[in-house]
Amino acid sequence: MIKCENLYIKQGAFSLSDINFQINKGDYIVLMGKTGCGKTTILESICGLRKIQSGEIWLNGIEISNLMPAQREIGYVPQDGALFKNMTVAQNIGFALKIRKWEKHKINDRVHELTDVLNISYLLNREAHDLSGGEKQRVALARALSFYPKVLCLDEPLSALDDSTKSDMYKLLIKLKSNLDITVLHVSHSKEDAIKLANKVLLLTQGELIELNPTEL
Amino acid sequence: MPFYVVMGVIASTYIILILAMIVADLSFTTPNHIVKALQSKEIQYAIKLSLITCTITMFLSLLVAIPLGYFMARFDFKFKKFIDAVLDIPIVLPPLVIGLSLLILFQTAPGRFIEDHVRITYTVYSVIIAQFMVACAFAVRTMYVTFVQINNRQEQVALTLGCNQRQSFFYILLPQAKNGILTAASLAWARALGEFGPILIFSGATRMRTEVLPTTVFLEMSVGNIEAAVAVSLIMIFSGFAVLMVVRLFGDKKTAM
Repeated sequence: MIKCENLYIKQGAFSLSDINFQINKGDYIVLMGKTGCGKTTILESICGLRKIQSGEIWLNGIEISNLMPAQREIGYVPQDGALFKNMTVAQNIGFALKIRKWEKHKINDRVHELTDVLNISYLLNREAHDLSGGEKQRVALARALSFYPKVLCLDEPLSALDDSTKSDMYKLLIKLKSNLDITVLHVSHSKEDAIKLANKVLLLTQGELIELNPTEL
Repeated sequence: MPFYVVMGVIASTYIILILAMIVADLSFTTPNHIVKALQSKEIQYAIKLSLITCTITMFLSLLVAIPLGYFMARFDFKFKKFIDAVLDIPIVLPPLVIGLSLLILFQTAPGRFIEDHVRITYTVYSVIIAQFMVACAFAVRTMYVTFVQINNRQEQVALTLGCNQRQSFFYILLPQAKNGILTAASLAWARALGEFGPILIFSGATRMRTEVLPTTVFLEMSVGNIEAAVAVSLIMIFSGFAVLMVVRLFGDKKTAM
């Protein structure tokens, strides 16, 4: 469960204040709003990539507001995937496990398990900079899931994809949602994303968060 | 006249001028002059000292340029523009002024304190410091541009995957900056090889002591031995060019981004 209480985030002239919301375990939440309204800012604050001025962020009953990103155990997929260009696909997916000093064969097993689920086994030895948009997002997803995070934060992962690839990604995310016991916070400006994926929508408008049912959009 | 022809003529003028200078040098000397120059004990010493000091300067420049370029590229802080301008001072200052300033620096109380323990001025150490002062500025500029061009989103993702700042720097950023590091190293080495003004003032031009290749050219010219001066100049041109070519050929195998 994620709980944000009275968050105040300031970034230059832009600020968000009094942000309160709660996401229950297993929820798939789509955080919506217009471009520049602060959706990504909230997501990055939860991941620990952006400092909050005041307020509290709780994850499964533990306050994580002041923890380093590495200590939060949150999987993060940015808009462009941000794959490590100096590594192959397999090295990208196994990176978090290598940092955690897993044994090599266990890393290999986990990498193969994820690439099977995400249908990207054929990419394992490819260079990360040599992939299509959809392939990059699936590899980024596998990398974020590799270390069994409690929460998955997705920052507009589908916005740069063509319709056919997007349709495949919907199926994949729905499959992950039902197979994995994971809480997802997905930032998007697309109603389609919310309708297809979310069980709850948070709409950020003029600095205020409104909770909606996807059918109300 | 077609656009590309006009552009080509303008662009090629500069390249032709550079090549013309080298051809002129070549026409002024013979293989015998070069062999004779290479057999001279003084010139052999100057070549050895140049290679050693340039290599040390290159490593020192990288040691400073990598963290400095990283901070300038990744962080916003007070007085950043001021520091940015300070970093360009060695590039815009006349080399003689750098030499003079270094000489004065080692006449101040802290400078004299260092001199009391380790003799710097008019020694090989002063050659390295004089080369470093200029070469490092070029290395810093190169590393700054390199780090700016690498999207910091990858480092952020690495942090969420379990890395600390040090791990994200060494595992993610630095391997991708490989080409930039090679370029900075070659630039620093080549700049150090050509440095003369600061060395003349700060280290002197003493044969078999602080004599590097540009000093040799100066000393041979001053005694009217133009053939030897040109021969040494050609050695410098080809060694500098060889380093730059090797780095480019090696570095072009993969793109920095």
